[in-house]
Amino acid sequence: MAERNGMVEKRGAGLWLTHLGLIIGVLFIFFPIWLAFVASTVTQQDISQPPMPLMPGDKFLENYARALTSGVNAPVAAMLVNSLIMALGIALGKIVISLLSAFAIVYFRFPLRKLFFWLIFLTLMLPVEVRIVPTYEVIANFKMLNSYQGLILPLVASATATFLFRQFFMTVPDELAEAARVDGAKPMRFFIDILLPMSRTNIAALFVILFIYGWNQYLWPLLITTDPGMNTIVMGIKQMFPSGDDLADWPVIMATSILAMVPPVLVVVGMQRLFVRGLVESEK
Amino acid sequence: MATVTLRNVRKSFGKTDVIHGVDLEIADGEFIVIVGPSGCGKSTLLRMVAGLETVTSGEVEIGGRLVNKVEPMDRDIAMVFQNYALYPHMTVFDNMAYGLKIAKVPKSEIEDRVATAAKLLQLEEYLKRRPRELSGGQRQRVAMGRAIVRKPAVFLFDEPLSNLDAKLRVQMRLEIKALQRELGVTALYVTHDQVEAMTLADRMVVMNGGVADQVGKPLDVYADPRTEFVAGFIGSPPTNFLDTALLPGLSTAPSLGIRPEHLQIEDQGRLTATVSFAEALGAETLIHCRVAGGRQVTVRQDALHHIPAEGESVQLNWADADAMFFDANGRRV
Repeated sequence: MAERNGMVEKRGAGLWLTHLGLIIGVLFIFFPIWLAFVASTVTQQDISQPPMPLMPGDKFLENYARALTSGVNAPVAAMLVNSLIMALGIALGKIVISLLSAFAIVYFRFPLRKLFFWLIFLTLMLPVEVRIVPTYEVIANFKMLNSYQGLILPLVASATATFLFRQFFMTVPDELAEAARVDGAKPMRFFIDILLPMSRTNIAALFVILFIYGWNQYLWPLLITTDPGMNTIVMGIKQMFPSGDDLADWPVIMATSILAMVPPVLVVVGMQRLFVRGLVESEK
Repeated sequence: MATVTLRNVRKSFGKTDVIHGVDLEIADGEFIVIVGPSGCGKSTLLRMVAGLETVTSGEVEIGGRLVNKVEPMDRDIAMVFQNYALYPHMTVFDNMAYGLKIAKVPKSEIEDRVATAAKLLQLEEYLKRRPRELSGGQRQRVAMGRAIVRKPAVFLFDEPLSNLDAKLRVQMRLEIKALQRELGVTALYVTHDQVEAMTLADRMVVMNGGVADQVGKPLDVYADPRTEFVAGFIGSPPTNFLDTALLPGLSTAPSLGIRPEHLQIEDQGRLTATVSFAEALGAETLIHCRVAGGRQVTVRQDALHHIPAEGESVQLNWADADAMFFDANGRRV
């Protein structure tokens, strides 16, 4: 009993300590973002004159409007659209392709099925950077430089998502496929009517991860987009940095950085609600 | 409504033979139960009729039509699975209507048929629910409803009651029987539970190791088992088997089977046994004894009879008509 009391006391103190630790951690991580936000609401002069202000200034609207409409090389609004198209294309493309390939691997018996699965699995071990030169060659030969296809297609195949859907499909009871067969559903009908709705929580979770993955692509867009009109926002920020003696327009760069963070945050917050609801619903 | 005919049906998975040639004639509207221990091939046989497994050799006919190469949906069958296999994301209504939607049945007719089935199964108030919001018995009913709305010629049941608790199982058993009578549909029902087989079947098929040991009316099979396996499998508590070497002059067959209710404890008997323990079940008492040679023997007697004490030595007797002799291969002689 005494020990139990001690534990309760300890937990009381521990609770405060954990919270304190978490608050400090959050502040620590949030501070640079706060600084970026502050820097996006003041003038260039305020930033270059130490000490840097810690409270937002009054140039919020002006700086953001300037960033969205003109930017440094290209208007940020255009870059945001480019990034959005690329991230959506990659996320949706990856989901569609991996759903279909997982469906094929789990539900169909075809020659060399195992081999194909392991081939897909093998590509997990090769990051984009390793195969970037041959991929560039291929895309260049297809004349896809400075195009959305070029941005999206090479990143669409996904071993991770295929693997995830394969694992999920294997937990779906065989009887369900058999019941659908008795009901007269052809394979694609079963896939669309039954497997797809059952996978919706997985799809939502993957969408969040893959959208952010696509959004944060840096090296690949940097290589294949030379036209500023095709720049994506993540690489665009880097392009805004001054080369040589040019003066950096820090407020606009910082406004761009903050703008670049907004869509992924919206996706995470929006989809989180959706897939938590999905998780609760599918719980037996 | 249709007849089902199996002609020398065999199934092998790779080099393993699972079904060693089964012949069966099922009449229109008949309720056939396939019973056997796990691994005897009963489910495989059913799945071959359903078209979910290919037939290695032999012929399967439904309604006089050879269906070996016909897809399940075109066989005019409906199947109820052990775990119900309800589509978890669909409402009860959609679960029942799915097959009809695929068959492009007009919407008004789908609604009619589902409503009729729901009424029959007392599911009307649950039509908008999802399967996970239903109890085991209700899910079972939905699975049946899904089969009924298709108006199939043959119902196939694959151990439909094994996921239910004992009380519900008895209730659903009665409902299935009543339903099949009412609809007059041919039914093929697989179970490992011999009580289900006895109570449901018009005729039952006792499977053992991929062979149909005996086909017949439940009481005929019970009274007159063709093999030692059938005698041991059908009936609870199971048939007692005695070594005829203990009983000189009785028969040349090596094994003697006597059902527990055919054994009596008498002052003068043919066999001496030692009582191990007695189970008083109220209406009846099961007395477990051990005979010379170590075999366990169960006597089933009316509760009014005297119950011997543990360790007591008793004399067992039986009528000659109740003795069943089996040869070395387990065949009845």
